[in-house]
Amino acid sequence: MKRLIRLYVNGEPHEVLVPVYRTLLDVLREELGLTGTKKGCDVGDCGACTILLNGEPVNACLVLAVEADGTQVDTIEGLAQVGEEGVRLHPLQESFLRLGAAQCGFCTPGMIMAARALLAENPSPSEEAVRFAIAGNICRCTGYTKIVQAILYAANREVM
Amino acid sequence: MRPFDYYEATSLEEAVSLLGRYDGRASILAGGTDLLVEMKEGLRAPACLVNIKRIPGLDELSYTPGEGLRIGAAVTVRQVERHPAVRQHYAGLAQAACQLGSVQVRNRATVVGNICRASPSADTAPPLIADGALVCLFGADGTRTVPLEEFFTGPGQTVLRAHEIVTELRLPDPIPHTGQVYLKHGRRLAMELATVGVAVSLTLQDEICTRVRIVLGAVAPTPIRASEAEAVLEGRSPDSTLVSMAAVKAQEASRPIDDVRSSAAYRRQMVRVLTLRALEQALTRARQEDSP
Ligand code: FES
Ligand code: FES
Repeated sequence: MKRLIRLYVNGEPHEVLVPVYRTLLDVLREELGLTGTKKGCDVGDCGACTILLNGEPVNACLVLAVEADGTQVDTIEGLAQVGEEGVRLHPLQESFLRLGAAQCGFCTPGMIMAARALLAENPSPSEEAVRFAIAGNICRCTGYTKIVQAILYAANREVM
Repeated sequence: MRPFDYYEATSLEEAVSLLGRYDGRASILAGGTDLLVEMKEGLRAPACLVNIKRIPGLDELSYTPGEGLRIGAAVTVRQVERHPAVRQHYAGLAQAACQLGSVQVRNRATVVGNICRASPSADTAPPLIADGALVCLFGADGTRTVPLEEFFTGPGQTVLRAHEIVTELRLPDPIPHTGQVYLKHGRRLAMELATVGVAVSLTLQDEICTRVRIVLGAVAPTPIRASEAEAVLEGRSPDSTLVSMAAVKAQEASRPIDDVRSSAAYRRQMVRVLTLRALEQALTRARQEDSP
């Protein structure tokens, strides 16, 4: 069973014919070539596949692509602004870079998307609120300190 | 995942007739945060998924003074966690909702799904039972209502009949001067299944406990009420001796098992500790309610 669905990915409309059992994660990565969203566990435990669905963070591995028909999907690829003066990174990307919050980088897209949702709701979160917001994002490299610092740093610059 | 047929039902009648047509081989899809995991892990292989999220009315989350709260089957845990009336009038439920899984999971998972899965450690079950929730069901024979307290029959087992759907949960409006609390114990603060969960809802009138509900999660095959513990406080003026006695009675009511998350002996201890704390906090909240 296949269905034609419409997704607005990072602001761009896409029409994709998908088998009903495919997850949104697989469609993003394999049909649309957006491999910035990572597949870690594929069962909702690690947060590497975090995207924003109509502005809210979800695990793309736990959403069927057909369920996302008609939604706005934001992925890590949509964060940096590409303009005439070249690429301008999003403040969260800047601060992750500057503060060394990525090591292997596998968790980073999911972390940044989770952080982005947090800052959209709460522009100046406490450290506790940051830790709570990324509780569903596992990092096996950094020990989280740098990640938390980077999110707080991005928030304090008030340029979200 | 094994391929399956997929339908987006537009009415309850359609959903129920699909369940009938597939005769036990169809699953309801709401949040999907448990179902899809079980399908990926090969624990379930339904021939058909019936998505009920587009059925009009199932997304209702509303509070009416004097009537109470309605939580439709498509309402997410996150919506409940954020709802101002839930935070104000159903504090125990709000606490349970924000401790369930991650933000990402709460944005998909539904409260009704958490109930239907009937895990003994389901976070939302104890506060919902403590608040006196009713489960509304829709099936081929029409509708019926079951108190949530009588809904669970065992781990993963409920009174839900074949081809029947839970449409919503209804919670009565709490009586003034009611304090509600949900405390959860796990190995870590977030993204954790409860080792022990305790919900308390109690009403104080002139320093007398007029209604006490103590509900324990993860320490028996289903969430259970600690009736003997409630009886210790019911009709009495709560002091620290009575509160400690009630906590001991709650411990005696628990029938936990040993598993990877904790030993039964440890769980029993934690039932007493958490019940004590939950009662103290609920009393404080009930008293604060006196001066609105
Ligand atoms: S890949 Fe989705 S949560 Fe791990
Ligand atoms: S940087 Fe390697 S998992 Fe987080």
